[in-house]
Amino acid sequence: MSKPAFAIASALAFVGVLVASISHAGNERTIDIGDFVFAPSEIRVETGARIVFVNHDDTPHNVVDRNGAFRSKALDTGESFSIVFDKPGEITYFCGLHPQMTGKVIVTPRSDRQG
Amino acid sequence: MINDLHSPDRRRALKCMAWGGSGVLWTLVGGVPASKLVGAAHGGTTKGFSFVQISDTHIGFDKAANNDVAGTLSETLAKIGGLSERPAFLLHTGDITHLSKPKEFDDADQLIGASRLAVHRVPGEHDVLDERTGEAYLARYGKGTRGDGWYSFDAGGAHFIGLVNVLRLEGTGLGRLGAEQLAWLAADLAARSASTPIVIFAHMPLWTIAGEWGWGTQDSAQALQLLTRFGSVTILNGHIHQIAQKVEGNLVFHTARSTAFPQPEPRTAKAPGPKVVPAEQLRSFLGLTSVTIRGGAHRLAIADTTLAR
Repeated sequence: MSKPAFAIASALAFVGVLVASISHAGNERTIDIGDFVFAPSEIRVETGARIVFVNHDDTPHNVVDRNGAFRSKALDTGESFSIVFDKPGEITYFCGLHPQMTGKVIVTPRSDRQG
Repeated sequence: MINDLHSPDRRRALKCMAWGGSGVLWTLVGGVPASKLVGAAHGGTTKGFSFVQISDTHIGFDKAANNDVAGTLSETLAKIGGLSERPAFLLHTGDITHLSKPKEFDDADQLIGASRLAVHRVPGEHDVLDERTGEAYLARYGKGTRGDGWYSFDAGGAHFIGLVNVLRLEGTGLGRLGAEQLAWLAADLAARSASTPIVIFAHMPLWTIAGEWGWGTQDSAQALQLLTRFGSVTILNGHIHQIAQKVEGNLVFHTARSTAFPQPEPRTAKAPGPKVVPAEQLRSFLGLTSVTIRGGAHRLAIADTTLAR
């Protein structure tokens, strides 16, 4: 099976987009998961912002990149998953358990207004 | 495809649904399947090859909709054990566990194993939540299967095919079989005569019951096309935690109840998910569903009766 190779490729891609060390304090956005919806379903952030997904439903959800770059673990009630994108672009994602749940993150270049 | 969930007959049938632990007893008479809810099967005198379908046991779930899913599974298995006619095997249509944790699988195996019945299963999306997305399920149950866990076998004069539609999803909102599995299915069916009764089982429905809730499979039409030449095709699913049935030509679709908790009917709630009902109703709403598939005309006869006493 090709799953190990896929996992390695996914991990490498994941490292490419996830650079937690450059997240800036106060530059954090939360996406709430409730009633089988990601809210907000579309979010615009600058590179380096931390995005936190929090599951408020009484059933698990996860967050899966449509292009396979990342896949969170299953989030039970109250659990969260955070990710930082360091490259501009559009990331579309869905819930791997309930694929009707979709969302988008638009990452724009960081403006260096803060030192 | 036509969704008949909201026809008056369907609404009436759904109102008779029994929530909580229940299984469906399927009997093959001359290779033609017929079903009835387990609780009603004690007095049954149908002779033939029978098996039991259970689904969505969600071992590990501990929320308000049912904080004792092991208990309701045990009750279901006790009912199966009390059948006058011992079924040939258990067929589990997925979501064995709630979070794919090893202990949840262990607990489910222990509970179901106590029935001493052979078990055929397919994974639900809750069974493939391990870090490697389904490899733990395959390591435990994948012997003799192909790809992500699909397989077929013959029993009781019918050909059974277990399909996997909860992996390699593409974010289209529905389950997915995928090209590799469809190619395998085509080859598997090619070796069968048109008179062979076919029983397909998969977790997510192979007909779109509620697309907005993800209750369907994006490429199911390609699978169903392969089945058109067969005289008797029965398609068994779980996932939606309630009974929904449809007959379309030679195809009979049937989704089973969960043994763990109910979900709302489509378009009656903001979202799917565990539905809390009064505790005393969880068991008192155990019910009886008789389904007969008549071979010649492929007509599905359905009768739903609650078991409340």
